[in-house]
Amino acid sequence: MAAPQFEVPKLTGNIEVPAVKEGAAAHIKSFPANAGIQEIIGFPGGSEPGELIDGWHDKAIAKMGDLLGRYRSLRVFMDACVHCGACTDKCHYFIGTGDPKNMPVARQELMRSVYRRHFTFAGKYFPSLVGAKDLTKELVEDWYKYYYQCSECRRCSVFCPYGIDTAEVTMAGREILDTIGYGQKYTNEIMGKLHKIGNNLGLPGPALQDTLEGLEEDILDATGVAVKLPLDVKGAEVLLITPSADFFAEPHVESLMGYGKVFHASGTSWTLSSKASEAGNFGMFIGSYENTRRAAMRIREAALELGVKRIVVGECGHAWRVAYSFWNTLIGVGAGGTDPFSIELQKQLDPRYPAPQHICEFTNDLIKQGKLKFDKSLNDHRVVTFHDSCNVARGSRMGDIPGGQFIIPREVIKAVVNNYYDMAEETIGESTFCCGGGGGILTDDLLEIRVKGALPRMEALNNVVQDHKVNFLALICAICKAQFNKVVPFYGFDMSMVGGVHQLVSTAILLEKEEE
Amino acid sequence: MSFLTVLYACVFYAATVIFVGGLVAKIRCYARTPAPLKIPTTPAPTTTGGVVLRMAREVALFESLFKSNKWIWLFGWLFHVSLLLVIVRHLRYFTEPVWFWVAMAQPFGTYAGFAMVAGLGGLWARRFLVDRVRYISTPSDHLILLLLIGIGTSGLGMRFVNHTDIVGVKNFFLGLMTFNLQPLPSDPALLVHLSLVALLMVIFPISKLLHAPGVFFSPTRNQTDDSRERRHLAPWAVKFDAASGSKSE
Repeated sequence: MAAPQFEVPKLTGNIEVPAVKEGAAAHIKSFPANAGIQEIIGFPGGSEPGELIDGWHDKAIAKMGDLLGRYRSLRVFMDACVHCGACTDKCHYFIGTGDPKNMPVARQELMRSVYRRHFTFAGKYFPSLVGAKDLTKELVEDWYKYYYQCSECRRCSVFCPYGIDTAEVTMAGREILDTIGYGQKYTNEIMGKLHKIGNNLGLPGPALQDTLEGLEEDILDATGVAVKLPLDVKGAEVLLITPSADFFAEPHVESLMGYGKVFHASGTSWTLSSKASEAGNFGMFIGSYENTRRAAMRIREAALELGVKRIVVGECGHAWRVAYSFWNTLIGVGAGGTDPFSIELQKQLDPRYPAPQHICEFTNDLIKQGKLKFDKSLNDHRVVTFHDSCNVARGSRMGDIPGGQFIIPREVIKAVVNNYYDMAEETIGESTFCCGGGGGILTDDLLEIRVKGALPRMEALNNVVQDHKVNFLALICAICKAQFNKVVPFYGFDMSMVGGVHQLVSTAILLEKEEE
Repeated sequence: MSFLTVLYACVFYAATVIFVGGLVAKIRCYARTPAPLKIPTTPAPTTTGGVVLRMAREVALFESLFKSNKWIWLFGWLFHVSLLLVIVRHLRYFTEPVWFWVAMAQPFGTYAGFAMVAGLGGLWARRFLVDRVRYISTPSDHLILLLLIGIGTSGLGMRFVNHTDIVGVKNFFLGLMTFNLQPLPSDPALLVHLSLVALLMVIFPISKLLHAPGVFFSPTRNQTDDSRERRHLAPWAVKFDAASGSKSE
């Protein structure tokens, strides 16, 4: 690991609220997108990356007006904040940097000040009294910096007395920035690959086929069992939609092999799709309903073409939020729709199962039915803790009861390992701290904010490492896996401690060898 | 009829029109703006009844604020509950005969005035003492607290220090409500109190005081967690379905 160009926070044993240090993160800025990247996803671009298009000011204000009319969340959140301060110490990026613009209220205020100036009586006539501001180039610059120092984790929304969700404001801010040519290279480039090729990595079908065959051989070598990772199999029962990182990144592939073993052991016919080879959907990160929907449509099409009965989603946090909360709205995957668009898919999917279903729900159901056999001692070299991914924790659910998203993954883990310890209660469940890399931040040009934003999670992790010798951080999110893999060494941990829940399943599951 | 009486009558009629008209317009705007996606902050209730309970806890007990920060919760809740009692107590000046539950609230409402000012004082102190809150405070944040403290202390002054002609005040307001003007006593403390109240009514629909109606429309709090069971579609998003059929491109 190269020496970092910034000071890595020291672990103290407690999550401490820092003093306000103005401008502490003002130098952290991700690379902007060029015009080519912008255009692929339907936004304009200037002649240089980050250069604003002609008439940017009026276009930005017009876009804000458009969003205020389309999103009740934005409309209410712009008015309702009373600056009480409840959220000010809740953001991991504030805790890690002390930059006051990383306090949720101040991040919102970057937009609210402009909203007041243009859309409220008080801001039009008494701007300095109510903190209303004109949208200047300097302010646009602050929007870009600080709306890409937010991981849209929604932790602030748990603690706000009005439920103001900064993620909604960040999404609107990014959409307005995209509209005036100021997109982010990382997110928007990936969005384009997803539209053109079908996954975030730009991995075409034949390459995917090769990769899966290689992994099948690995499983065969390790277990002596021919576990298949099928691709584009018409008539399979289950379509698995998983983040493309699962196909080749470490430790992600370990979980993919785990899913494969679960399907194999339960005798469930399943398939991946080369058309819909991505669960991730960065359209949500940039607040673009159209891009989110367009990306998700691949999944609807794949499901219809392959004729599957069930759709299961692999370990990916924001993808599960999009799938669980938005797919029914966007692409009709779910129940209750009475329009032809919805009914076309409902006729095909098996109504006995929720659509979509999380892989942890799928595996846990099989465990409950006694259809899987484990030898937990195979995981005895591991002492495990579980990190609740923000989008799963605060933007979705698993199972039938509220909070099932906290119970089910832990039940799966406890079915396959003997040594499990939770991190401190105020850092898990609905209060979970983000990994620091979600929401479009997972790029090396933002490494400093990623490392600093991981601080509260690292403190909580360190405490269970010290107290219980925890050596495995179990995850259900591709971004969390990649982020922690990169970031835990900065805090003195070994990156091999980072892994997936189905990696643990994969280790402990007993597969019946076929008769030779 | 004195100039003062006519002036204050006009002020209160205007303030009432702005207050009611402004709030109705804002509430209509919130109600008509669609929430296109399911975004309840989870874990969230899965039934409408559960949402009603969640919202009731939020509005009556400030549940989220309690989770967040005990000091803000203490001062904020103290202020709001006291204000409610004070307002209930004040209904006696607008009703004849006085409703029995208003009469019952009288002793609580009287002393709640002190608690209300204490809560406001605590909230204001945080704007100076906590660096994070100091950073986000705008002039209007201070002025609104000052306004409320002014209303509270001028009212307490008339109750506990220098009694005003309260029978005259009641006659004035009963007269206003029946469009039959009665003389307003010209006690300076009363005039300050009433001016500040009218000002509060006027700024209510154009300021952060909109958090009061806003909380009921907050999608993260008022949506049910049932996205897999029910399809939720905004009117502006319907056209996408028709355009794509089963194909995207």
